[in-house]
This record gives sequence, structure tokens and C-alpha cells, in this order.
Amino acid sequence: MPKAKAKSLTFQELILRLQTFWAERGCILQQPYDLEVGAGTMAPETFLRVLGPKPYKVAYVQPSRRPADGRYGENPNRLYKHMQLQVVLKPPPQNVQELYLESLGAMGIDLRQHDIKFEEDNWESPTLGAWGIGWQVMLDGLEITQFTYFQQCGGVDLFPISAELTYGLERIAAFLQDVDSIYDIVWARDPETGHETKYGEVRLADELQMSVYNFEMADVATAWKHFELCEAECNALLDQYARVDRTENSHLSQNPGEVGHPVHEKRRFPLLGAYELCLKCSHLFNILDARGAISVTERVGVIARVRALAVGIAKAWVDQQTDEPESEEKEPEPAVEFAAKSISNA
Amino acid sequence: MPDFLLEIGAEEIPARMIAAAQADLVRRVSDLLTRERLPASGTISGFETPRRLAVLAAGIPAAQPDVTEQVNGPAAKVAFKDGQPTPAAHAFAKRAGIDVSELERVATPKGEYLSAKVKKTGRSAAEILSESLPKEISSLHWPKNMYWRKQNERFVRPVRWLVAMLDDEIVPLEFAGIRSGDHSRGHRRLSSGPVKVPRAGKAYIDALHAAKVLARTEREQQIRKALDAATRMIPGARWREDAALLDAVVNLTEWPSAILGSFDREFLELPQEVLVTVMRDHQKYFAIEDSKGRLLPNFLAVLNTDGDPEGLIRHGNERVLRARFNDARFFWQTDQKHPLRERVSWLRNVTFQKDLGSYYEKTLRVQRLCSWLTETLRQSGTAVRPGVVHKAACLAKTDLTTELVKEFTELQGIVGGLYAGVQELDKGMPNATRQLIADTIYDQYRPESAEDAVPRAVEGAVLSIADKADTIAGMFALGLQPTGSKDPFALRRQANGIVKTIAEHKLPIGLGQLLTLSRETYKGAAAETKFKRDFDYEEAIRAFFRERLEFYLREQLAFAYDVVDAVLAAGADDVVDTVARAGAVSEVRGSTDFASISIAFKRIKNILRQAHETGKQIAAGPQADLLREDAEKQLRAQILEIAQSVGALGQAREYSRALTEISRIRPAVDAFFDKVMVMVEDEQLRANRLALLQTLLKEFSTIADFSEIVTEGKS
Repeated sequence: MPKAKAKSLTFQELILRLQTFWAERGCILQQPYDLEVGAGTMAPETFLRVLGPKPYKVAYVQPSRRPADGRYGENPNRLYKHMQLQVVLKPPPQNVQELYLESLGAMGIDLRQHDIKFEEDNWESPTLGAWGIGWQVMLDGLEITQFTYFQQCGGVDLFPISAELTYGLERIAAFLQDVDSIYDIVWARDPETGHETKYGEVRLADELQMSVYNFEMADVATAWKHFELCEAECNALLDQYARVDRTENSHLSQNPGEVGHPVHEKRRFPLLGAYELCLKCSHLFNILDARGAISVTERVGVIARVRALAVGIAKAWVDQQTDEPESEEKEPEPAVEFAAKSISNA
Repeated sequence: MPDFLLEIGAEEIPARMIAAAQADLVRRVSDLLTRERLPASGTISGFETPRRLAVLAAGIPAAQPDVTEQVNGPAAKVAFKDGQPTPAAHAFAKRAGIDVSELERVATPKGEYLSAKVKKTGRSAAEILSESLPKEISSLHWPKNMYWRKQNERFVRPVRWLVAMLDDEIVPLEFAGIRSGDHSRGHRRLSSGPVKVPRAGKAYIDALHAAKVLARTEREQQIRKALDAATRMIPGARWREDAALLDAVVNLTEWPSAILGSFDREFLELPQEVLVTVMRDHQKYFAIEDSKGRLLPNFLAVLNTDGDPEGLIRHGNERVLRARFNDARFFWQTDQKHPLRERVSWLRNVTFQKDLGSYYEKTLRVQRLCSWLTETLRQSGTAVRPGVVHKAACLAKTDLTTELVKEFTELQGIVGGLYAGVQELDKGMPNATRQLIADTIYDQYRPESAEDAVPRAVEGAVLSIADKADTIAGMFALGLQPTGSKDPFALRRQANGIVKTIAEHKLPIGLGQLLTLSRETYKGAAAETKFKRDFDYEEAIRAFFRERLEFYLREQLAFAYDVVDAVLAAGADDVVDTVARAGAVSEVRGSTDFASISIAFKRIKNILRQAHETGKQIAAGPQADLLREDAEKQLRAQILEIAQSVGALGQAREYSRALTEISRIRPAVDAFFDKVMVMVEDEQLRANRLALLQTLLKEFSTIADFSEIVTEGKS
């Protein structure tokens, strides 16, 4: 069995280093979102937080499930579920690229000994009505990060925009440890015994069994039923939200802080619940797709249905944020930057 | 006169956009200097890297020259009443910046007016540049841009610094919240801190050089040298020249070097196409071959740094390539579990286009079109194997369901061809037949560009044409034809492919009929309900292909534009025939006979047009008994005689000889115009003469409309 480089970071140390790095730069450390998502972008900490005017900085690991990418644990480079470390900086600081490059240093990568390139790669998610401009960051020919300046999310133009850095943790760990198979990555090393636990020991069963489930055994009729139930409930919630303004109860209170007043009713309205239903639809769609259960004619239509939910939620979310009293502070006017003297190179 | 420098520092600009943006910027600055009367006495040049676009203009005036302009004002009788200036005179004098006493009077056809000499002091170059450059920067054209600060501030990537200088003075300007200064930046890792630019001109280039940033041409040279040097480590080897790849790596680096890497020899069992695609398209590596052109288990990677002394970068790149090749091999093996013939029905689940249905439906349509095409070819005596085409069309799209194509989409068709070459397609099929089917599938997307070769065999040509015609027909029927610069489905390229394939294989296929049949294969399909109503499909297709054929004749075969116009006016449906006519017309174009025929035809066209416009009668055909003059009798006799032989020669596509025949008409035409008056008072005579000319035009315009030919001096 190939041996990982002795001194390099374990998988969990890599995560810890990155989290520490971004925490030290003002990011909130969130925990992984506890629903199935296809990418860190879909977690509300990105999808919803990038909407509206409020600045936000967050970092989190997001296990990302893509049923069709499963390979029964047989392919050394492909996973049904991989881990992303997601960083969202809203608005992006002007030295965001330099910060990113420093984070590579935090992982023990000495950039003077390596070749790094920012190659054009614009990200787009038709299901989320989201897209951005950016690069894939190439380290010695390996794509280690997707770097995106979000422009639109849920069909809404963003202001301010956010920078999203998505680190592919398995790839980076395999690179650092110089192993050819993801399953050979050292996940943890016991500090006392030196015993190493490999990625395969932790995750192989997951990959195998979920591939069997997604490709062979997931019940298509049930998945469809779930999809339709979630979609219907999500739509119902969105309809209800649209009616809050005109609710018959509005006469009950003149005080925005009280039950019955539209502002109050809006603020407590569970758009987050609606979003979870939308995420479930998205994942169910992915399972149905992996099962080969979606025909050509259906496919485009189903994607459009999920997008309609995401767009509806994004619009409502922006509306909900606008009505929040504490968000009334003025948007900061972007600062004019002076000549390059004050800006340091990486 | 000071030198000028503008540098826009940005986050990494996409490699594919750099050259065009740089040209755009140089042009804009150069136009600005001309427009503002600040012409550079030296050269205006660009300097571009992934992180900057710069323009250097040598020796521009420090200020615009002063000018004096004569400006006219109000009428004298309004401006002066009783010899006294009115408010109108005062206002004009004030505007002109002079005293009322300095106003002059000028005589115009409309009477006497006031006039003033206005001296305009030239503004300084710095002032004009500060004011105008931000607008030029924001107007740069990008295929895709973004905003990062304010929604109306757009650029390809965030702008991070600006340098604007006249000699050693900063030209103050601001774009996207960045103010200009005299500090640039060097290479991301090989230099540190801001780079002071001492002055515009060569000093800028020297400062960047010291900060490990090279100009484009130097980067290209350095890369070539590095590639050569690395390749020399393997005796007899050479790297595969690849202009597009070289361009990409030149635009991805500021201080390039190269490394030689290797991979396991066993990967060479994979098809070359797959290996090269992985290396070139996915990793931007150059492939290396031996003296016989065989791929070697090595690659060259271009780095944006000054070297790899520890071999870490080489090691990393080798690791990535190994993983990619392992994937490719894994996909290749997995794909063999389900041969192509099993995958035909899988195509029901692969979308061709959302309104046009699946690839399964497309396969059926393309097969029908292929049947018609092979039948047409056989009837005209072209040897083609319908069975081969039919089988290839059936399997053509099945590779879209393979893992290998899902991973390397640019290998569609090629993978299908490679798989067909190693799989059993039908029990007992001879190897040669299988190989021909495989090649037909392999070539189906050819030609992918103007430079790309057409399919090797006629079977491949048929499949390629049918596939493209089906796409074009469906898209046009949906109303998704290209408009202006928008051609998202690359229909122009596909139509160019059809034209080129027909021309090079010399196929007797009419474009109109091909596309009409292509449209008809959609009859009864669900797609038809999505088709645009009230849309003249045939006319849109005709105009579209006429343009494509024109493009082919001009750009690819380099025919003169007037020859192209002339032959297209006589017909643009039969590609091979049009090309033959263009060739023949080109040969005779310079001859005196044709120059004069061309002039005569223009004259005839004018006469007929005028007759038409003034409502003059034109007889149905010239009547012999109404011909009076010898010259007109002679012309009619000549037309009858020559038209017959021209007709026969045209039928035989002996266009050169037909044109020689046509040139014989010249003396008769010259004599006619010499001796005969067409627009006479006598209505009957006139109508008959007009008819004679119309016949002449009609009979001799079947090869080309000679009136389109440009003649020396007069046209």
C-alpha cells in the first residue's frame, strides 16, 4: 500500500488549519449543514447569506453529495460524497487573492517551490439560478480551488457581491500526502501510538453502499412522491409568505413588534423551512437522475421546477431582510483605494 | 515631447481574452490621441500579461496646439440696431470671449452676419488623458465581464492598480475606485512589493523585467527555448507544435519556464487521441513524439515561475496526469462492458435540444436523411456504401452515453469511432467494413473549423452533412437562427462544414433540397409543435446558405468578391457547380472581351431598369419582323446561335469553353449599341429592342451575372 508522506498534514489537520486560518481573518466558523446538498454553495450560509446588503464572512466544511458521481468506492479519484471547505467573504476584500494564497501557506505549501495559476473558470448552477465569474486555481497542474465572484443568486443580482472560495479537501490532502488514491489519505494519526486511520476506513462503506442505493435500489416511485410532497409544501409556504402583507390579521396590531403586524409576521415566517424543502427536491432530483428515472423531456422541466423554488425563496428572502429593522443602517460606500503603494504582493 | 504610459493592473485576465482586449486598448488610446490632436510621434505599442494591459505611446505633445476658429453669430441686422449693439451682439461676443468691437461681419447668401475669430488654447495632454481614459477603460470590450464594487462598473476581473504617466509625472485618473499612481506590480511570487515605475517608455519595461515580468513576444521565445531545451533531454524527440496551446500558456504566464515530465509507458496503450486531449485540453501540456511521430511517454508543462530545482512541480504534475490517465483507462474499460450497439436505445435519455427531443430521435432522422443522400449519390454515379452509412448513422451518437465522452466531451465522435473499431458490430462483418463504419463515425463532426479537414471517405461526408443539416433545420424551424454576432449553436460553422464537405467531395447535392428534406424529417414529431409559425423557413435557409457559400468562395478559395457576387447571382444552390463557375469566371475576368461584355451588361441592366421604372413596355420576346437595323438582326442571330452552344456547354459544365463562346457575342453587342437606339419613340420598336436585350441578359447570365464584374477604371 502506498505510504503517505510522513510529515504532511492529515485530512483532519488540513481542515483544522484552514478553519483556523479563516477564523483568524474574521470568518465565522459554521458547522456543515445537516441536509443533503450537492455543494457548499447550496448551504443557506452561502445561498441565502450572499443575498441582501449585510456583510458576512463565514467558513465551513460541507460534505457534498452527488449521487451520479458515485463509483462504488472503486475509482481512486471519484466520490459520491466529497468534502468542500467553503469560504464566503461578503463583500470581498480587495486583497482576497492574496489572502487565498496565504491560506495555501497555512496548509504548508511553500508557494516559492510551486507553480500556481489562476485559470478562467466561471461557475454556474442552473438549479439555483446562480452564477459567478472566477477561476480554477491550479497548483502544479492540480485544480485545488474554485474561486468565484458571485454575480447572481436565486435570479437576484447581488449587491454587494461575495467571493466564494471552495477548496477540494480530498484533492488537496492527496496532493499534500502524495498518495494516488483518495482512499489512502491519512485521515487521522494517533498522537500516542502513531496509528494512522485512512480515508478508506472512514468512508469506503459509505461510498459503496450509497452507490448501490443511488444507482440500484433507491425506489423511484417513492423518490418521486417525496419530491412532489416537498415541492408542494415549499410552494404552499411561498404562497403564504406572499400573502403576509395582505393578511386579514393585520388590523390586530399597529406595532411592528407584535403578533399580527405584517412586519412581525414576515420576520418569523419560515423561509428557511421552505429552503430546506427546496434542497430536498434538489437532492431527490439527483437521486432520480442517478437512477436513470428522468427522461429527456422531463429533465429540463424538473430542473426548472427546482429553480423556480430557489428563485422564489431568494426573492422572498431579500424581501424579508429588507423589512428587518436592524438592517436599516446605511450601506457603506465603497472606499476609494489609493495608488498601489499600500498594497502588498503575495 | 513626453512618452505616455497607461497600465491597468487586474486580477488574472482569462488567457483567451488578453490579445483582443490589448488590441482594443491600443486602438482606443491611439484613436483618443488622434481625436484630441495629440498624435504620437513615435510608436504606440502594447504590453500585456495575465495581470496587466498596458499601452505605451512614444512622444506625444504636452498639449494640444492652439487653434483659431472663425465662428459665425447672429445676423447683423439683429445684432446691431441703429449702429448700436443689441443684447444679441453682446451675448455672441461674450460667448466668443472677445469684445463687441472685435466682432467682424461676413457676407452670406442669406445676408450679412456677425463673425468672430475665436482662439482656443490647447489643453494639456495630462488634463485630456485624466478626463478621457476612465471612459476608454470602461468601454473595453470583453466577451464576459463582471462587477465587484458597483453594479455599473464593469471589467473582466477586478482592477487592482493603475499606472498612468507622462514621462515621470503621474497622470491623475480614477477607475473603479482605484487612483492612478507610478507603482506597478511584478510577478506574484518572484517579486515582492510594489514596483516603482521611474518613467514612461522603456524604463517601464525594464522595471517590470527586474520584477520578473516579460513582454508577450519574449515570453513566447522563452517558452519555445525552454520547451526545446527540455525536449533535448530525450534524444531524437520533438515537441508537438500547437499554436493554440502555445498562445494559451503565453497568456497564462509572466515569467515562464518549462519542465519535462513522464508517465508510465503502459498508458500508451490508450488511443493517442485520448492521451493528447488529456494533456492538451485538460492540463495544457505539450505532447512529445519520437522522430517517427510516435507519442512518447513524456510531456512538457509550462510554468509561471523560474524553475523547479527540487522537481516538486514535476512530481505534482506527473501525479495529476497519472490520475487523469487512470481515469481515462478506467472509463475505457468500463465502456466496453456495454458495446455501442446496446447504447442506441439509451439515447432516448440524452437531450439533443430541449425542443427538438432526444438523440434517439435525431438518430432516426439522420438515418432517413442519409438514405436519401446515398440514393441521390448513387443515381448520379457516385460510389457510396449505403449499408456502411446506415450503420454508422445508427451508432454515431451512442458515444455520448460513454463515460469517456462524458469526461472528455471534445472527443465525441472520435471515441465512437475508436470503440466501433474494436467492437463487434454485426456477426460476421468483414474487418474492412467495420473499419469504414468506424472511420465514418470518427469523422462525423469534421470539419470543425475552416482549417479542419473534411471526412476522409464519402460515407463520412454523407453522415457529417446529414447530421449538420438536421441540426440547422431544427434550429431554424424553432427560430433559433444566428443573428449578428450571436450564434450560440455554432450553426454558421456547421453550415460552413456542409459547404466545404460538398465542395471537396464534389457531391451533387442541392442545398435547398437538402434542407427542405431535413425540415420534413421533423414532420409529425413533438418538436414540430414548437416550430415558429409565420416564418419563411425556405427563404431564411436560402439566404443563410448563400452567405456561407459566399464565405467559402471568398475566404477559403480566395475568389475575388466581384466574381463571387457574379456567380452567386446566377445560382447558389449547387455548391460544386458554383465553385466551377467561379473558377471559370476568374480565368476570363481580366480579358478585354469580358471587360467590355461586363460594361455592356451593366448598361443593359440600367436600360431595363429605367424602362421598368418609367413603365415602358417590354415585349415578351423579340420578334424577327420588328427588327429593322442590321445590327439588331445580327445581334439576335448571334444570340440564338451562341446561346445554343453555351447551353450545351453549360449542361456539360464546360464553363471555360462556355465563357469563350459568350465572349464571341461581344462584336455584335458593341455594334448594336453603336448603331441602334433602344429608347426610341416608336413603342413597338422600343418594346422589341428591350425584349432583345432582356433575352441577351437572360441567356448569358446562367453562369454568372457579368454586370457584377468590376472593370478597370469604370464601373
